Order: sequence, then C-alpha cells, then structure tokens
Amino acid sequence: MRSINENSVGFVETKFYSCCEPPNELILSSGEKLGPITIAYETYGTLNKDKSNAILIFHALTGDAHAAGFHKGDNKPGWWDNMIGPNKAFDTEKYFIICSNVIGSCKGSTGPSSIDPKTKKPYGLSFPIVTINDMVATQKKLIDHLGIKKLLSTAGGSMGGMQALSWSVLFPEYLDSAIIIATNTIHTPQQIAFHEVARQAIKADPDWQNGDYYGKSIPARGLAVARMMGHITYMSDKSMQEKFGRRLQNKEKLGYDFSSDFEIENYLKHRGDSFVQRFDANSWLYLSKALDYFDLSEGKKLSDVFSRSLLKFLVISFTSDWLYPPYQTKQIVKALKVNEIDVSNIEIDASYGHDSFLVETEDQSRLIEHFLKRVTKEQ
Amino acid sequence: MPDKNSDLIRLDYKVILEMIENKSRVLDLGCGDGHLLQLLKNKKSCSVTGIEIDEKEIYKCVEKGISVSHDDIDSSLSDFGDKRFDYIILNESLQQVLNPKNVILESLRISKKVIVGIPNFCYFMARFQIFFQGRVPVTKELPYQWFDTPNLRFLSLKDFINFCKANNIKILDKVGISNNKIVHVKRNFFANLGIFLLEK
Repeated sequence: MRSINENSVGFVETKFYSCCEPPNELILSSGEKLGPITIAYETYGTLNKDKSNAILIFHALTGDAHAAGFHKGDNKPGWWDNMIGPNKAFDTEKYFIICSNVIGSCKGSTGPSSIDPKTKKPYGLSFPIVTINDMVATQKKLIDHLGIKKLLSTAGGSMGGMQALSWSVLFPEYLDSAIIIATNTIHTPQQIAFHEVARQAIKADPDWQNGDYYGKSIPARGLAVARMMGHITYMSDKSMQEKFGRRLQNKEKLGYDFSSDFEIENYLKHRGDSFVQRFDANSWLYLSKALDYFDLSEGKKLSDVFSRSLLKFLVISFTSDWLYPPYQTKQIVKALKVNEIDVSNIEIDASYGHDSFLVETEDQSRLIEHFLKRVTKEQ
Repeated sequence: MPDKNSDLIRLDYKVILEMIENKSRVLDLGCGDGHLLQLLKNKKSCSVTGIEIDEKEIYKCVEKGISVSHDDIDSSLSDFGDKRFDYIILNESLQQVLNPKNVILESLRISKKVIVGIPNFCYFMARFQIFFQGRVPVTKELPYQWFDTPNLRFLSLKDFINFCKANNIKILDKVGISNNKIVHVKRNFFANLGIFLLEK
C-alpha cells in the first residue's frame, strides 16, 4: 500500500443518506418518480460552526463519491486525491469537502443495478432516465440534510462541471462560487455521436439482454468497447504519440495477422477489460444519456439562464481537450459576462486532452487555492 | 493621508489611480499580473476585472485575488453591454492590438471613460536615433528590436490626439511622463509615455 503521508486525508469511509421514500418520491425531469433514493457520499475536513466552509465536489461519468484518501485495504487513493487534502487546493484544514455519487451510477447511489423495492429485483431498464438536473436535485437534499444553508463553492470537471453549472442556475442563492472545468453547457452532436457508438456496442453484446443481465453473465465485451471508445476521446493525439508512438507490444516486427500489434491496442484493451470489473453497463447507458440530454439553456439564449448574482466563477479549460474544447467552455464565460457576473477564466496549456483535469493538477491547484481564499475573504 | 508606500508605485500607475474615482467599476485591457487592478481594489475600493492573453500572468492575477479573463482584447469586448464599466484602462496595450480603432470605440461604448497610456514613438531620444543614427529607435522605454517587438502600431502623442479629434472623442485630461517625471511642456517631444483620459 502507498504510504499515507501528511498531505492525505487518510482512511475514509463512504456514508449513505436515504431520502424520497414513497409517497414523497423525487419527480424527475421526465415526469417519472423515483424513490426511495440512496446517496453515497464522503466528506473530508471539518464543517465549521457557522457551516460556511462547505464545498461540494462533483465527479465525472465513471467516477464515484471516493474523491480523496484511502479506503481500508485499497492501494489507490480517491480520484481527485492530488487536489483534496491538507494544504492541497481543496485544503481540508480549512474547508469541509463533500463528494456524492450521482443517481444512475453503480457506486453506492441508487441506479439501474439497485434493487427496486417494488419487485425486489434490480431495476435494469425499468430504472427511469435521470438528467443532470435530477442528480443536482438529490445533491440539494443531501446538502439540506447536512444542515448547510450555503456552499462556499462547488467544483467539477466534465460531467462534474455540468452539475456545477446546473447548481449555479437552479440554486444560485445556495452558493458563493463555482469552479467549472473542461465542460460544456450543452452536449453537441459530436459528443452525442461518440456516446451513441458506445451505447450501440453495449446493446450489441448478446449478454446485455435488454439490461436484464444481473446475476447472469455481464455484457463485458460491449462495455469494454464502450470504454475504449470513451478513453480515446479523453486523450489527445499528442499524449498518445508521446505515450505509445507506434511501438509494438511484445513483438519485434509486425505480425501480419489480426492479433494486436501496437502498444496502444493493448493499452485500450486493458483499459476496457479492467473497467468492466468496476462499472455497470446499464449505468453507463443511463449516465451517457444524462450527458446527452444536458442543455443548460434548454433552447433559450445561454445568457438568459444566468441571473445577475454575486456568485463568483472560475472557469478552466485545456488547450488539448478536443472532447470539450476550450471554445465551448468559453461560451459559459461569455454568458456570465453579459450578466455582469464575476468570472475568471483560463485556458491551461496542457497536452493530456480531456483527462488533463484529472492529471494536470499543479496549475489547477494554484488557481483553485487562491480563488477559494478570495471567495472566503469576500464571503 | 499620504501613503508611505505610494513612492514605490510606478508613476504611470499613480497618474491612472488619480484619474479614477473611488468605488468605480474598472476593466483593465492587457492587465498583466494584475498589479494596477490590485491597487485600484485596495486603495480606491474599485470593483475590478482584467483581460490578459498571457497564461502565466493569469495565475498571478488569481493569486492577487483579481478576477481575470484569459482572452485577447480584440475579440472579447463585444460580450459587454453598453456603459457596463466606469473606466477601461488600456495602459501600453493599445499598440499591441490588431484593430486599435475598434478597440477604442468599443471601449467607449462599454465604459463611461477610457484611459489610454501609449508609448510615444516620437519623443526626443527616438527622434535622435532616427535622425542621427539612421536606426529605428531602441530605447529604455521602447526596448524592442524590429524583429521581436510585440508592438504592432507605432504612434506619437500627436498622432493619438489627431485620431481622437477625427473620431469625435473628447480628451478630458492628458499627462506626459518621462523618466518617472511628469512632463508639462512639449509633451510630444519630451514625454516617452502619454496617458489620456477619454470620453465620448
């Protein structure tokens, strides 16, 4: 196990909060009802007396509530551990950090692999379609449950950035600030297209069985291909060139057959296969749909959805991110400026593509650390 | 009350600080590391924001608690509504934009007043270099060689005054600076930097 140093939040446990018991189910964007709902979440740091130091972190598509520290027995820390901890950007000596798993996922919160209390069987495709706004509605319930009246900040990249945007539009009076990273206000045809290819791969797997595969063999092949597809969009031409080039895998020369030749092929296959062990195919379908449905302005002018407020925004994009390219992220900045909302934005020169928000943490840390200091001071 | 640190402030910053009223809304175009905006925020209680193209400077602004947009000046002004700011500052950045006329006119649209600081390409040292040495001037204030200058435009204070006249822009105040001193006479000859307060 990696040693737990003084910059780590140490051992952590996932907690669970339940809400929306019938007849008080959550009314979803689709009009359908969902309840009861369980939300898996973790917290780091200490909530201060006036509950004014809370920051809500949002994970991306395949992420979970485990953002920092170690689970007992694990040798890998949470997914944003290099950003959250004592003296890190999200300094747990100062702030109370909350990260919850989104509904529709398979990481502890209610999703298609959860047991439907009515049938006592996993929901499968009977689970209703959820949207980013629905995820945010459940997070709001969690924040209310924790007794927090106003969040000091919210932060997330990719799908996490969409949740942060949704919070700032749905509940601006419950926030002081928002940190929006590598994301877009609307899913574009190209982004939907990538998702559709991945969904087709899952649905083409004979083991998928219309989503009714729990307790049987899982659609591993389809999900692995979906993940491989996704992973390509998270990297960049440059980062793949640097990491793999055209190097051959366990070979001196080309095989002249259809076994894999190149390192990149093996790498993707490995990524796909290991993903299948930790993620549910149906959850992938549901969450990819939630992203595709995302349209912050719902057909209106983007500048009309933000109301004038004292919210402060930090908007970050990465030069090599071609999945959510900087010019899309900048549309957010434009809309905020029109509304005279305080915003800082930066396009960080980074070569890792969309994954930069998870990997290139040094520059982000510098920005976020000082942004949060300022927000605290001007609270 | 006199500020004991005020002597440490660059003279052009001092001149600009004096032109700006307390509690104004200020946008600095080409704000660099945000130092001028920080002074305006702390000393004049202004609400401030900047636009800067250099990524390295963005971090410095954020570290100072200044909100800043990583953008180029030419394309980012159209987002703002009319008279959104009380002052826009273009201190030694106008000569680096692609379309200075548009930037000035857009600035006057979105701000009540505009402060422009321009290096004077026709101050005496530069004139001497051209006249006696037959060289394009390279001086302390105009330090760049022709092949590495960020400046796209070369103008004198007189050129700028003529530009304002031709475009019906009122010059409310003008200050010439040379070697950290205010120049009171023959600015276009003696001053290497001119600071203008404009209104339309």
